[in-house]
Amino acid sequence: MQDRYTLADKVYPYERSADQDQDAPVRHPVVVMGGGPVGIATALDLGQQGVPVVVLDDHEGIGMGSRAICFSKRCLEVADRYGAGKPMVDKGVVWNLGKVFHKDDKVFEFNLLPEEGHEYPAFINLQQPYFERFMIDRARELQAQGAPIQIRGKNRIDNVEVKDDHVVLDVMTPDGPYKLEAEWLIGCDGASSPLRTMLDLDFTGKVFQDSFLIADIKMKSGMEFPTERWFWFEPTHGSGASTLLHKQPDDVWRVDFQIGWDVDRKEEMKEENIRRRLDAFLGDEVEYDMVWSSIYTFQCKRMDSFRHGRVLFAGDAAHQVSPFGARGANSGMQDVDNLGWKLGMVLNGKAPESLIDTYNTERVHGADENILNSTRSTDFITPKSEMSKLLRDSVLELSENFEFARPMVNSGRLSVPCTYDGSSLNSADALNGPARTRPGSACPDAPLGDEFLLPKLSGKFTLLTIDADAPDSIEESGIEVTRLALSVKDDKTLALKDRYLGDCPSGVYLIRPDQHVAARRPSFDENQFRAAIRRATGQE
Amino acid sequence: MSDLNTKPNIDGVDDFYAELLAAHEGLSKEQSDGLNARLVLILANHIGERATLSQALAAAAQTKE
Ligand SMILES: Cc1cc2nc3c(=O)[nH]c(=O)nc-3n(C[C@H](O)[C@H](O)[C@H](O)COP(=O)(O)OP(=O)(O)OC[C@H]3O[C@@H](n4cnc5c(N)ncnc54)[C@H](O)[C@@H]3O)c2cc1C
Repeated sequence: MQDRYTLADKVYPYERSADQDQDAPVRHPVVVMGGGPVGIATALDLGQQGVPVVVLDDHEGIGMGSRAICFSKRCLEVADRYGAGKPMVDKGVVWNLGKVFHKDDKVFEFNLLPEEGHEYPAFINLQQPYFERFMIDRARELQAQGAPIQIRGKNRIDNVEVKDDHVVLDVMTPDGPYKLEAEWLIGCDGASSPLRTMLDLDFTGKVFQDSFLIADIKMKSGMEFPTERWFWFEPTHGSGASTLLHKQPDDVWRVDFQIGWDVDRKEEMKEENIRRRLDAFLGDEVEYDMVWSSIYTFQCKRMDSFRHGRVLFAGDAAHQVSPFGARGANSGMQDVDNLGWKLGMVLNGKAPESLIDTYNTERVHGADENILNSTRSTDFITPKSEMSKLLRDSVLELSENFEFARPMVNSGRLSVPCTYDGSSLNSADALNGPARTRPGSACPDAPLGDEFLLPKLSGKFTLLTIDADAPDSIEESGIEVTRLALSVKDDKTLALKDRYLGDCPSGVYLIRPDQHVAARRPSFDENQFRAAIRRATGQE
Repeated sequence: MSDLNTKPNIDGVDDFYAELLAAHEGLSKEQSDGLNARLVLILANHIGERATLSQALAAAAQTKE
């Protein structure tokens, strides 16, 4: 079995499993195809719930080279639910300052001025191998505590046979093939998903006719560069429609040149040619070592449906977006966040199988939002017509002197959590509260003295009461809901009030295990909340 | 929400029209296009109302034929 890419870290070397020595295929509740960030996150979610999960990957660890570098707040909050968020932030670079250039002139700079009162920053820059590494470390920790997680390296899925209530898998290993069965198979096998091909499923959307040359460089000692994001439209240095410069940990900088469609990839990838571009861009006096480089193209595509019977798709396998806005891994993590608890409940017999269909509807909604945003960024960065270029250039020109034009400058809108408006799991909004916490929204964090709100809302259904009475727990149709009783007085900064009550004196929220709001009302009404619980678990 | 005002609304409309022409005087086609584009963006921001802007876009598209 040949590796398709070089490994940075051989964190799950091949080991023979007992399943390979059985006469009949062993059946597992959940098999995950692919041990990238999305597959490993799935294992953490299910493993923490005590749901047995087996991850099969055709390699033995983390791929070399950082693809993703920018991880958003919601992604980190999800990682925190899995116990892997803190090391990411400790290692990551937090930045707030950005500069925008047009044809080498700075047109303006901005400070993101992140909202206060959140445990996690708006985003961090971190090399993807670290991101993956921290999740695998966490998986090892959970395993040591007895969580039913298995990660099998060099286990390649070559064929699948989808039955009504399970899937039969042909797995290839260095010791030869074996068969496995899965009640549910989750395809986290990346953008070129072999699983999609095996099932002959469409992946439709737009391919953008552009390529990008990425160079990760390490500045030699003494080279000072600010922790800012610099984005050039039509730089005159080197060719290309845009260039992005962004800091990563370990004194590494990401330089991303947009170099057009008709390029000689082999020629462009030669170190001397990459250096020529870099030198023209950074100036001759800047000294650096090359860490990693790659040329990539992108597409904005998604599958028509993320569920096909007992086969589910998540992450890049289900949808792919342009890199503008850092929505790839970030949205993959939100897929897992959404799927994990639903699958757990269905497997534990607490919810009907139809709950899984809402994974499809909610995350298709999320994927469409991401595709829309990243397409818009792409259209701004590479205008398609004479008039769209004229308007784009006019926006850039005006933004130098007029503040109003700056928000129109679109060099990537950073990923924010998707609100599941219109989801069948939501109950009608009955609180005249802030729009940002309407049913379907991901709960915004808020400080509670030395602590934060979100960790208290993780992994279970919660009844959040703010200056309102309610029983300490309710059980409805087998679903246990525990109360978290707060008062606006618990947060002197008033963020809790601003984010959850607005002008209302009190509020009661039903919050899903993925920290999304299912229902809210001014006070506890038992019948209404019981109905909301049934609804949020697909039982109504 | 205010509807797009399509009734006469500019005092001294002849003055305004002359000023608009004067702004374009001596400009190349390319420079004029740029001026128009900037003007559209500035005016759109001033109006601000999303619905009104949509009505304006629709109205402008209508007279194109
Ligand atoms: C240049 C670039 C920059 C990016 N920047 C960002 C960013 O800043 N922020 C962001 O959020 N995202 C970013 N992304 C996207 C991000 O890298 C991906 O979204 C993310 O890696 C997807 O994770 P995944 O687990 O779905 O798939 P992958 O990481 O592709 O993992 C798929 C896994 O499945 C395995 N596999 C494949 N076939 C089989 C098989 N037959 N059997 C078993 N295993 C198999 C593969 O070996 C691999 O380990 C960027 C991407 C690129 C290319």
